[in-house]
Amino acid sequence: MNNALLLLSGPALALSASAATPLFARDRRVQIWALCSLLALSGVATAVSGMAGLLSPPKTAVLPLGLPRMPMHLRLDALAGFFQVVIGFSVVSAAVYSVGYLRPMAKDRSLTPLGVFLSLFVLGMQGVTLANDAYTFMVFWELMSVTSYFLVVFEHENEANRKAGFLYLLMAHLGGLLILGGFAVLYAAERSFEFDVMRAAELSPLWASMAFLLAGFGFGMKAGVVPLHAWLPEAHPVAPSNASALMSGVMIKVAIFGFLRVVWDLVGLEQGAWWWGGVVLAAGSSSSVSGILLALQQHDLKRLLAYSSVENIGIIVIGLGLAMIFSHFEYQDLAALGIVASLYHTLNHSLFKGLLFMGAGAVLHGAHNRDMEQMGGLIRRMPYTAALFLVGCVSISALPPFNGFVSEWLTFQAALMAPKLTGTILSALIPFSAAMLALAGALAATCFVKVFGVVFQGTPRSRSAAESHEVDRWMLSGMAIPALLCVLLGVFPVWVIRLIDAVPIALIQTSLGGLIAEGGWLWLTPIAPERASYSPLIVMAVSLSAGFAAFFMYRRGRPVRRAPIWSCGHPNLNPRMQYTATSFSQPLRHIFSNIYRPLEKSLRVDHGHILQVKQVRYSVHVQDLAWNYLYAPVRQFTAWATQAVDWLHARRIHGHLALIFATLLILMSLLV
Amino acid sequence: MKLWAYNILQAALLIGLSPLAAAVLRKLKALLQNRRGPGPLQTYRDLVKLFNKEPVLPDRASWIFRLAPYVVFAVTALSAAIVPVILVHTPLSAVADVITLVGLLAMARFFTALAAMDLGTAFGGMGASREMTFAALAEPAMLMSVFILSLAAQSTNLSTVTDTMLNADLGLRPSLAFALTAMALVAIAETGRIPVDNPATHLELTMVHEAMVLEYSGRYLALIEWANQIKLMLFATLLINLFVPWGIAMEATAVNMAFAASAWLLKLLALFVALTLMETWMAKMRIFRVPEYLGLAFLLAILGMLTHFILEVVI
Repeated sequence: MNNALLLLSGPALALSASAATPLFARDRRVQIWALCSLLALSGVATAVSGMAGLLSPPKTAVLPLGLPRMPMHLRLDALAGFFQVVIGFSVVSAAVYSVGYLRPMAKDRSLTPLGVFLSLFVLGMQGVTLANDAYTFMVFWELMSVTSYFLVVFEHENEANRKAGFLYLLMAHLGGLLILGGFAVLYAAERSFEFDVMRAAELSPLWASMAFLLAGFGFGMKAGVVPLHAWLPEAHPVAPSNASALMSGVMIKVAIFGFLRVVWDLVGLEQGAWWWGGVVLAAGSSSSVSGILLALQQHDLKRLLAYSSVENIGIIVIGLGLAMIFSHFEYQDLAALGIVASLYHTLNHSLFKGLLFMGAGAVLHGAHNRDMEQMGGLIRRMPYTAALFLVGCVSISALPPFNGFVSEWLTFQAALMAPKLTGTILSALIPFSAAMLALAGALAATCFVKVFGVVFQGTPRSRSAAESHEVDRWMLSGMAIPALLCVLLGVFPVWVIRLIDAVPIALIQTSLGGLIAEGGWLWLTPIAPERASYSPLIVMAVSLSAGFAAFFMYRRGRPVRRAPIWSCGHPNLNPRMQYTATSFSQPLRHIFSNIYRPLEKSLRVDHGHILQVKQVRYSVHVQDLAWNYLYAPVRQFTAWATQAVDWLHARRIHGHLALIFATLLILMSLLV
Repeated sequence: MKLWAYNILQAALLIGLSPLAAAVLRKLKALLQNRRGPGPLQTYRDLVKLFNKEPVLPDRASWIFRLAPYVVFAVTALSAAIVPVILVHTPLSAVADVITLVGLLAMARFFTALAAMDLGTAFGGMGASREMTFAALAEPAMLMSVFILSLAAQSTNLSTVTDTMLNADLGLRPSLAFALTAMALVAIAETGRIPVDNPATHLELTMVHEAMVLEYSGRYLALIEWANQIKLMLFATLLINLFVPWGIAMEATAVNMAFAASAWLLKLLALFVALTLMETWMAKMRIFRVPEYLGLAFLLAILGMLTHFILEVVI
């Protein structure tokens, strides 16, 4: 009974939130309160049960729901627990944020659909992590996909939202189909949908690889691994910001969970082929670099953040790939390091990407715009949002002593152990992906200097930016929770890793704990103290001392004189002279022009002489190569194939009946 | 405890001597150009002058603009403390390894670029954009080149790496040549020397670093200038102690340390003479040649890494 309470309180609260939303629809203030408080409670319950999952042995429960003779099996183990913690933190902060975010929205539209689908979406994610049979898994997976579709098209009056929603639904279902195929392979081995049976099943190498590929593509599609990412930069920006914080912060992590559950846990790495890790590593490397390269060229803030999610998923997947390679060659302790690095980044990314998406929502709210070219100078009008957003930017840029650095550091440490794999082709792939990781990290810093510099600094580029206003306390506290966690996770990694350590113990029966504990809580020593160590607290202390010195000098130091800006004696500066998002990334567009293939258009009108310029207009459009080389051909092929079978549809009733008869004959011949 | 004191002492030495190093570099350059040039103490006088001056702050500067110089200085000073200078085994090198060192330098750069974007001038934006672009290529090149060393030493801890380079019998390792070349190329770019950037420039459309700090004055400028001098010294010391560590003290005895200090200074001088020669010889590159230059460094580092795996990993 206790188990069921622990497992079900989070989902039950989410379900009650979705039920409460239409009940209180009459008074929207009450509705917001009911929705957000229930969601926040559900988040807390999820985090608590997640902690329980990490700290104690697996718990199971069977619910008499679903199909006859097939009840729902639930199980809370370390893997599920970890992802429940990730979900819990994000849901709590998004719920707190939503109190402030939904209020102005409530003035002109009904919130009922948003509330219902948001709560069901949370329920879907919780359910996926708890599922212990394929049926339950797929039901909750589809619940998650479909409800998030409704979140994407919430503002359905815009055509962009409907288009993005369709693309998302299409790809989510294609992914769902592939995952279902993966489960079908596993089902065929022992004829059972229960994970416990699947776990024990023996697969032939061919079928194991088949399951790996199906699950990899299916979950990769949801996670947004390049080149399966096309839906992500379309769908995430158009959803309401609290929903996109959850979608980018958590939903794509649930896909990572699914991959771990199916490939690591159910199929099992011991049945894996040597090339699995290599494929995963290559996918991660390409995602991380191309994600951040495309992010750099965006000027829609939320779209940029969505592309940056592609990059971060890439980093997570690199960690997974490393772990799979090490595990295949029986370096279980190194595999544990890889998986811990990857999960640490999963947690980190859910925090700072949630923070940044909520920050983007606050900016949208304060300055009524998503286009970075129209912003600027918001730090003066929205000081608290700016400070919190800065924490997110520093964390995602992997700068010490914040949390993003810890996980990248761990990933590098894992990658540097590649010489252990002597004489395999994979050991040459690993340094290459380390290089890609380094490149992605450096480009991420460039990208987020651009974001912060263009949005919050400089002078306002439009009236709406000049008249922006700070958001309310609820939204600020919603952002402050992940910001605080970003700092804590950056400074006390050892304690966090001790918690995460339960996952490698569950998956590959190897612990990193002994090595971590060796250095004490102050020192992060993943392999051995003389090999590598990092003490974030000291780095943090030095950074803080800089802050104190600055504050002291601000209070007590020699007074400063405020004067007009110098700018090399250039008079009459106006906001249009600033660097914009497009101009900031121009050098990189130039350097990587082979990847970007920028379509530039410039128009110059003069008064009869080339020097008397009347008007200059410049526009540039950067392409996502995946569209041109993957999606467009697939679309053309589909169109061609449907045309080719078009004659089948143009029959009269006799023709159709004949077709049905032929189908039946073929099926019967198969049965016999 | 004694080691901690030595560690802090050697960091203080590096930080304290870095203005002198900048002055020596300037003097050497002047001599090569048949000028007398300012004396070796001029940089100290400049710093003292700047610290005592009333800073002029642009009207619209936000708190980031005021905070950035402190962060830049503190972070650079911390990275100076983790690099072995005279002693190989220092306690602080365990605080941050070579990846963290790169991260700390990135942190300094991040804040410099934010400060440059703060005022909304075209120069600031230009400087920030260029600096971050170049850094995006230089940083991975730097990481990869130090990774070659870490693979050889099986450690990313700077003390251990230096120890290995000093004592282990590494034999002939072609990957180290790649690492050295890549690292030297990166060091020139990161410290903003010719042919990548000209530290003596002001008000040129090709400036990178100077464009970012144009609006600073008084103590803020002093901190940034000093941090830059430390960074130059840091990269020089890193090149010296990672690739030619001979003479560096393994044990903390007075004789050893005095010898190590003089060896360090001599090697620095030699490196600076080479740098001056190069700076006098060469012209600054066109700004769009710099990515090619840094791309070369990155490729060399990756090639070095592959060489290491192909030729040097003992099977």
